[in-house]
Amino acid sequence: MANGTVALEEKSFYEESTNRWNKGILAWIFSTDHKRIGLLYLYGISAFFLVGVLAGILMRLELIAPGKDLFEPQFYNQLFTLHGVIMIFLFIIPGLPAIFGNFFLPIQIGAKDVAFPRLNLLSWWIYVVGAIMALISIVLPDGPLDTGWTFYVPYSVRSGTNISLAIMAAFVLGFSSILTGLNFITTIHRMRAPGMTWFRMPLFGWSMYATAWIQIIATPVVGITILLVVLERYFGIGIFDPTLGGDPILFQHLFWIYSHPAVYIMILPAMGVVSEIIPTFARRTIFGYKAIAMSSLAIAFVGYLVWAHHMFTTGISDTSRIIFSLLTFIVALPSGVKVFNWVATMYKGSIDPKPPFIWVMNFIFLFSIGGLTGLVLGSLATDIHVHDTYFVVAHFHYVMFGGVGTIFFAALYYWFPKMFGRMYNIKTANIAAALYFVAFNMLYFPKFIMGYMGMPRRYYDYLPEFEAMQQISTVGSWLMGITMILIFGSLIYSMKKGKKAHKNPWGGVTLEWHIESPPTLENFHEIPTVKTEPYDFSQLKEMDYESK
Amino acid sequence: MSQHDNNHEHHGIGYGGLTLVWLGLLALTSITVSIAGISLGEYTLFVAMGIACVKSILVVNYFMHIKFEEPIFKVFIGISLFTLVVIFILTYFDISFR
Ligand code: HEM
Repeated sequence: MANGTVALEEKSFYEESTNRWNKGILAWIFSTDHKRIGLLYLYGISAFFLVGVLAGILMRLELIAPGKDLFEPQFYNQLFTLHGVIMIFLFIIPGLPAIFGNFFLPIQIGAKDVAFPRLNLLSWWIYVVGAIMALISIVLPDGPLDTGWTFYVPYSVRSGTNISLAIMAAFVLGFSSILTGLNFITTIHRMRAPGMTWFRMPLFGWSMYATAWIQIIATPVVGITILLVVLERYFGIGIFDPTLGGDPILFQHLFWIYSHPAVYIMILPAMGVVSEIIPTFARRTIFGYKAIAMSSLAIAFVGYLVWAHHMFTTGISDTSRIIFSLLTFIVALPSGVKVFNWVATMYKGSIDPKPPFIWVMNFIFLFSIGGLTGLVLGSLATDIHVHDTYFVVAHFHYVMFGGVGTIFFAALYYWFPKMFGRMYNIKTANIAAALYFVAFNMLYFPKFIMGYMGMPRRYYDYLPEFEAMQQISTVGSWLMGITMILIFGSLIYSMKKGKKAHKNPWGGVTLEWHIESPPTLENFHEIPTVKTEPYDFSQLKEMDYESK
Repeated sequence: MSQHDNNHEHHGIGYGGLTLVWLGLLALTSITVSIAGISLGEYTLFVAMGIACVKSILVVNYFMHIKFEEPIFKVFIGISLFTLVVIFILTYFDISFR
């Protein structure tokens, strides 16, 4: 666009369309503006998240007492599969990169948009198509799939449910992820503003960069793997079927070669968000910038080398079990580097505990429990005892939900005023954060104990000795449901009715806090020249921020 | 849009060269197919993988134009290939010690 007039420049991206429709849904679903696409993802992903939560609450309801309470075992199998598939493929993998990466990555590096805006729109459409395919697979006559989200052979080859369509949905969703990654890598390499050197880039950008690499290199592996399952179902090609000379364990290798790095697709962006929020609310530059940036790359790389720790009990060779156990422990190192740097950043800072910061505290606590119990699972001997029990269920909810899910909310609370130009009620947000903490631990901590005592995962029934703890967990799930209503209710209300937000309500210094709330179509009146490191709070003196 | 960085030239090997590469690929494919019937014992895998490697080197360099691109692309491909090799090796720790 040529030099805009003053009047034009003051319009926010909500008022300026990038296509020939000025208003209405078409102006959104065909928009190439990275901010609109980010919001489209936000709405879609949040909707699926709530469906997933509903499935979770239903499962917990079935588990309120031993024996059959509400539904048949088969329906329970389908519920946990649906819950897992939605939460993994439709919520947590695309979550942070597609929503906040799209919206904020270009702004934080001083760009007008991503490198390939049309490809960006395409990736959203592919997400929608994949999601629709997944939904269709639920309603078709043979019924929703019941293999668990991992599609393990041989059962996934034999099951009579709609496996093929659901698998194709995951395949299509993978493409969306690859395109987003491609776009971000190119954007970071090519579109940084003058002066925005690699080491002046906000850490969220670094984490998106590492994530994008995993998206591109790892996702095709799972795509091919699950296509092989479909081929096996229709043509019996024998790659996984031992009677035809195949190897079922090969499926697990291939599956986890993607799906383990995929957990870093989930957690790296979350760690990036934490590295944004802590300096802002501690009013202090991040401790160990380079160490954090490099540890993202290290996690991305080492993350490729640990996949077989999901397979310790499958009969893989002892040599590989020992090697993978060792490698697993190594991932703890770069993760530890981050946690210590965050804590060191807060040390002697002037901490202002606003809601985003409180959510980050939730994260550090919950994620640490998730991460440390991961070491219990990573060490061979203890894993044999707790493999496939509730211990694992508790562990992965603590890392995925307590880690990434918590940061999803932290990011939402942090950037909400920038995205919508309105402020939410701080008190409600604080209450929600506290409620979330209680609900979360009620819901999942008993699962560690039950798992240790031998309660297997994916069972719709249990022995009477687990009853008390199962019930605590179920009550926790209700509390979690209430928390979700509180969070989404208050945020949706604030989107429409909240009071106008200041352009820099928290006193942040990265580029997004220098521009209007909500941003204009091209983000910046003119592309900024960056002269300082990203978390240099001395610039706050000249900036316009709320508590001034 | 003010920036146009499309000014780097498109060199390559022309239609003749591309056809030659294509013929080479066809030849390699027919070798793969014809030796599939011969029992090479434990070398089978290495021969098949070797031919596949040569073919992908041709495709990547000429059809995908990497030979004529900036070094950064080569670095990227190198990193990806390195990761792939590491994954192969790690998988073999299972398969060959079972
Ligand atoms: C209110 C929120 C949630 C509740 C009540 C809930 C509850 C449950 C329950 C009861 C199970 C089945 C345990 C079993 O029988 O093995 C389960 C499995 C699972 N959950 Fe959640 N969950 C919630 C949120 C999440 C979130 C946010 C994620 C991911 C980010 C997630 C990912 C998974 C996965 C991957 C499985 C495994 C499914 C499988 O076994 O194939 N859950 N959850």
